[in-house]
Amino acid sequence: MTPLEGTGPLGPLLPEHPSELIVGIVLFILILVVVWKRVVPTFEALYAGRADAIRGGIERAEQAQAEAKAALEQYRSQLATAKDEASKIREDAKNAGAQVQAEMRSAAAAESARIVQAGHAQVEAERAAVRDELRREVGTLATQLAEKIVGESLRDDARSQRTIDRFIAELDTASPQA
Amino acid sequence: MPPTFGVGAFDSRPLFPSEAWLHGDSAHYAWTDIWVTNHILQAVIGAALVIGFWLWVSHDMKVVPGKKQFVGEYLYDMLRNTVARDILGHDYKTYLPYIVSIFSFVLINNLFGQFFLFMFPTFSKIGFAWGLALLTWLLYNGAGIRKWGLFGYLKRMTVPAGVPGALLPLIIPLEILSNFIVRPITLGLRLFANLFAGHLVVLVFVLGGTYLMFVSEPILNKVAGGAAMILAFAIFALELLVAVLQAYIFTVLTAQYVSSAIAEEH
Repeated sequence: MTPLEGTGPLGPLLPEHPSELIVGIVLFILILVVVWKRVVPTFEALYAGRADAIRGGIERAEQAQAEAKAALEQYRSQLATAKDEASKIREDAKNAGAQVQAEMRSAAAAESARIVQAGHAQVEAERAAVRDELRREVGTLATQLAEKIVGESLRDDARSQRTIDRFIAELDTASPQA
Repeated sequence: MPPTFGVGAFDSRPLFPSEAWLHGDSAHYAWTDIWVTNHILQAVIGAALVIGFWLWVSHDMKVVPGKKQFVGEYLYDMLRNTVARDILGHDYKTYLPYIVSIFSFVLINNLFGQFFLFMFPTFSKIGFAWGLALLTWLLYNGAGIRKWGLFGYLKRMTVPAGVPGALLPLIIPLEILSNFIVRPITLGLRLFANLFAGHLVVLVFVLGGTYLMFVSEPILNKVAGGAAMILAFAIFALELLVAVLQAYIFTVLTAQYVSSAIAEEH
């Protein structure tokens, strides 16, 4: 019985024997069970793992990027703080310098004023001393000179002394400035 | 005892023939004459190869694939993405094992037609083709009933939306015929007929060529016989294409039928 002739009204379109049909179905179900229970889950688990790995990688990269960004922000703010501090220090130093300068200037001015004043006082004292000295010496010299000129007539010491004093007083009033 | 070559190749031969079989006494065949034949052994070997292949490539899989895994993934991805996912949509994972199984089982058995040890495509025995067509029929109807319920599914499959009421008496029988009867029959027949006819054509060219070359007398016939032998190789190459194509078509149609059974709008 070749399939070309067939055994029934359908010719070769009927199986030679149901054994083919049954064996085919059983074999296919066996394959299906193995593929269903083992193969597909393995592949799908692999794909899920792979997708997770990729997603995880992206997440890690994003995290690293965020960290780098935060660090950059931190550095920037630190830099700004440092700049502010530096300018503040500069300002302080300038102020302090100016203050020191002013202090020194005022101290120097005071010192010079003091020195000038001391000089003045010394000069005044010396002038007073010189004037006293001069007055005495001028008196003596004038007396001696007058004695020599006038001779004996001017022996009366008291009278001459009075005359000298009067003369000196006149000098003083004539030139009141010291 | 029937011939074992030529058209006789389409007859199954028992591996351990009984006396009754050798004498053509079909009433007294032993069970082994029917259940342990060369074609059934071939189908068993095919199934074992398919199972072995998938277990082999899915064993010890790595995120970064090696050569073996690459081959497995390539085949699996083709079935998963271009057949199952594109046709079935978001529910595709439910039917993916069936898709993978049917394609690999049909493909390897078709390739047996070109494989020197068997030289016979298993599905040119129509029983195997009917078996798979029956399973696909059960699958897509089962999928539809599971999703819509028995009556919801029957209504969807027999009364297309937007058809005027007057046409329904015409449309309903056509839809029943098309969706429940023609589909499985064409599915099984297409697979069987392609493989059967293809193998028959190869036989015609090879046996015919041999006859013309060695038995026939006229010299012109001998030349034609030689040409037929050469052409047989071209037919063989074509059969290789048909083997792959038919496996693919069977798989895509299975997915298509399931898709139409569970589709939201019909």
